[in-house]
Order: sequence, then structure tokens, then C-alpha cells
Amino acid sequence: MNAMVKAEGVHKSFGSAHILKGIDLEVNPREVFCLIGPSGSGKSTFLRCINHLEKISAGRLYVDGTLVGYRQQGDKLYELKEKEVAAQRRDIGMVFQRFNLFPHMTALENVTEAPVQVKRESKTVARERAQRLLDRVGLGDKSGHYPSQLSGGQQQRVAIARALAMEPKLMLFDEPTSALDPELVGEVLDVMRDLAEDGMTMIVVTHEMGFAREVGDSLVFMDDGVVVESGHPRDVLTNPQHERTKSFLSKVL
Amino acid sequence: MTDTLDKAPAPSVPPEQIKAIPVRHYGRWVAGAVVVAIVALLGVAFSNAKINYGVIPDYVFDKGIMEGAWTTLYISVLAMVLGVALGIVLAVMRLSSNPVTSTVSWFYIWFFRGTPVLVQLLLWYNISLVFPILNLGFYKNEMTQVMTPVLTALLGLGLNEAAYMSEIVRAGIQSVDEGQTEASHALGMTQGQTLRRVILPQAMRVIIPPTGNEFINMLKTSALAYAVQLPELIKTVTDISSASLAVVEMYFVACVWYLFLTTIFSIGQYYIERRYARGSSRNLPPTPLQKIRANMTKMNLLSLSNWRR
Repeated sequence: MNAMVKAEGVHKSFGSAHILKGIDLEVNPREVFCLIGPSGSGKSTFLRCINHLEKISAGRLYVDGTLVGYRQQGDKLYELKEKEVAAQRRDIGMVFQRFNLFPHMTALENVTEAPVQVKRESKTVARERAQRLLDRVGLGDKSGHYPSQLSGGQQQRVAIARALAMEPKLMLFDEPTSALDPELVGEVLDVMRDLAEDGMTMIVVTHEMGFAREVGDSLVFMDDGVVVESGHPRDVLTNPQHERTKSFLSKVL
Repeated sequence: MTDTLDKAPAPSVPPEQIKAIPVRHYGRWVAGAVVVAIVALLGVAFSNAKINYGVIPDYVFDKGIMEGAWTTLYISVLAMVLGVALGIVLAVMRLSSNPVTSTVSWFYIWFFRGTPVLVQLLLWYNISLVFPILNLGFYKNEMTQVMTPVLTALLGLGLNEAAYMSEIVRAGIQSVDEGQTEASHALGMTQGQTLRRVILPQAMRVIIPPTGNEFINMLKTSALAYAVQLPELIKTVTDISSASLAVVEMYFVACVWYLFLTTIFSIGQYYIERRYARGSSRNLPPTPLQKIRANMTKMNLLSLSNWRR
């Protein structure tokens, strides 16, 4: 089976700050892959490299067997044009910590925007699918609401529906519940659990250890730009091998 | 998944309402009296001035003056359209990562913002000193023939406005959260789509109020086009006043028209702002018409309840 995401020695620097120091990992199709670690460990940066929101400085990163952001011919790498990068991103959904819904559009318009603009889908088709997706995340009756009229949890569920509207083969979640009131975390995790049961390949940067243990298929603990420990969530969370993992988990669990 | 909230039960006994003596604001009364006195004194001074107010109504709807007002209006609108269009281009150039375009944009703004509009207008008026003949390949003519007063005023006012508009547009674009660009890119939208569909509609909220200001400024700055022989309001009233000898009265007539035009556009601006406020506030503010209607129904209800009593 081909890996959905494959990272080989991925490095990333911002100026003199070396954020990722050689990440190697593989994410299989239909897998829920959790990334945990202290803030500043590089897990969000790595996630953003997967859809080329950040350019990697060294190494190779493949999504579904295709190099991200570059084209290799012989031993030369060519940067992809803006349009080609955009085309690669169509198949990768992303959910942000701060939702980033378009505030000037209703929930329904948020979900139909990309299919209509990017895939040139007809408005009727896009609207029907958007309504189905909003129903699926439990917000069918909120389609005419603007983001400012929704709670944080509702906004994040709309954001998930917006990403799903492009029918991605991979979903990236960047701390999707970190900006939410504790009371609202559950409704977002429920939607994600539902998505995982449906067989979506998901990479989730999270601090929700309960979710990682229940839903995750693999888990990676990152610190200071490297993968410290990886394995099945239950094993890593209950029986960490590494000192650094132990001390981190003792603080968050 | 449901969104019903478990509400805490409301207390059954209503609380006793507070009845207190309100604070007296003596300062407000004094300030009000002072302001009224000053306004009254000004009114008396103006009404006793050696100004023949009687002629003003005769000239407000004078054919020549109405034509002047029309010229003021259309040159302002055209110059503003040119200014906004070029301003958006300059703002995008200024924000581009290409050092050549951003530097060119910087110099354009530096020059056109840094020199008086009057000088720029006169420069266009005398452009034939630099280019005596205009040759576009398919079109060739003497520059003095090409540069009509309308074109001179349009270029002078419009190109100057573009420098100001580009800074307003730039501020608007930069006010939009970076997360919006990221979300749009993550969905596979290109830079152009992101700008058009996501960034500019949100930037509009920041762009429109100062742009309205600029337009109202433009209505009045267009008076400078009188120096390049454009027959707008000020030139028209000046010409009439030199014949009728009612100089100040004629400027008052012009002011009536300027006030009328600025009022109309302030109302228009309110509605445009309201449109772009969608999504930024939970409830849109009511339009003046809606306000009046709401007040009417309230009054009807009040009189009705009084009637029943």
C-alpha cells in the first residue's frame, strides 16, 4: 500500500531559527495520525508543510506519491507554479486553530465558495452538497448564519464542512479545539470521530490525549523539531519509553 | 448532535426595581446655554451683514449655475473612478514581492502626494511644452488640441487621487487577517481568486469610510480645475459675479450646491457601508427609513394605549 504522506528528512528554517530538524514518517491511507508535543516543537509547522503553506528547506515530502511544491526532473528540482501548487492543495483539506471562516459569507457560502471558484462546479450542485455537509456536522439549520452569529464550536464545524466540500483525500487538523471553550470541544471531536469512522485519512495536531487514544491509529511525539517517539497511541500514552515523552505526558495527562 | 442549551430555571419572584433620584448635570445646562448664545450672535451678525440674500434663491436654479454644478459632479465622479481603479493597481503593486513594481508605486505616491494638486493641474495644462505632438501610432494630433479642460482636470485630479486611494486600499488589504489568505490558499484558491473573493470584500469595510471622505473632498477640490478653464461651479459663479457684481452672494449659491451634493453622497455612503458590514456585526444597523417606520409604529402603539386608558 502506498503511503498517503511520506516525509524523508524534512527540515524547515525561518531565518536562523531551525524549526524542523529532519522528520521521517509515513501516514497510511484511512489512518488517523496524531501529532503531539509541547508548543514550539514544530508540529504545526510540519502540518503546514504538507500543503505547502510553508516551504521545506531540505528533504522530501510526498502526498499520495507526489512531491509537494516541487517537480523532480533527473536530479533537478523545479519549483511549482502558483497554479500547480493550488491544484495540489485541492485534495488536501485543512482545519485551523482559529477557524478562519470567511466572515463576509454565510455558513453555506463558506462551504460552496471553493467548489464553485476552484472546481467551477455549478452553484446548485455545490449548494446541495454544502447543505448535506452542514447537516452532517449538525448545522443544517444554520446555513444562512454568518460566522459572527455562531459559537466557536459551530464555526469550527462549518470550517470542517468547508474543507470536506472539496472532497479531499487527506485532512489536516491544526489544533482544531485549542481555541474553544471546554464545553464546546466535544461537539468538534464528535464530528472528527465520525469522519475517522468514515475512513478519512487525517493528520491531527492536538492536545486532546483522550481523542488521540480513542480514535488515533498512530501517534508521534515531537519535541524541538524531531520525532522523539512514535507508535500506537495506547502504547505511547500509557507506556512512554523516552524520558522527554514521560515528562511531557505527566504534565498534560 | 443538538444545540439546545440547558437553561437554568428563572427565579419565580420578580426582583424589586431600583427607584433612585437621577444625578443632576448642571454643567450640561451651562454648556448648552453658551452654545446657543454663540450661534444666536453669529446669526445676528450674518443677517445684518451687507449681503443681499434676496438674490441667492434667484440664482440657485440659474441654468448656467446648474450646468456648472453638473460639471463639478461628473468631473468629480470620473476623477474618483480613475483614482480608485489606479489606486487599487498601485496598492497591489506596492504590496507585491517584485521590487521593481513596489518601488515604482512608492515613487508615484511620493510624487503625487508630495506636490500640490494645483501645480499638477497646471502641469497637465502645459503638457504640450513636453510633448508638443501626441502620437499613439493610430492617432496623431497636436497636444494642445488633445488636452481639453475636461481631460486636463480628469488627469490632474484623478492621478493625484490615485496616490491617496492606493494608501487607503493598502491599509484595507493589510487589515485583513493573514489566516484568511491561508484558509483560501488551503482550499486551492489562487492568489487572484483570494484577492478578489476573500481579501477585497473584507478590506472594503476599512476602505469605504475614508473613500467617502475622499470623494467629498474631491467634490470641493474639483474647484481648482477652474485654473485650467473647466467651467465647473466656481468658474461659473465667478464669471456671473463679475457681471452681476454680487460676488459673495454668488459664492453662497455655489455653497448651496456643494452642500446639496455632499449631503446626497453622505447618504449614499451610509448604505454602501451598511452593505459591507454584513457578517462583521451580528445585526445590521437599521436604515433611516426603517428607523422612521419603527418610530411610527411605536408612536401608534403609544397613542393607542393612551386612548384605551
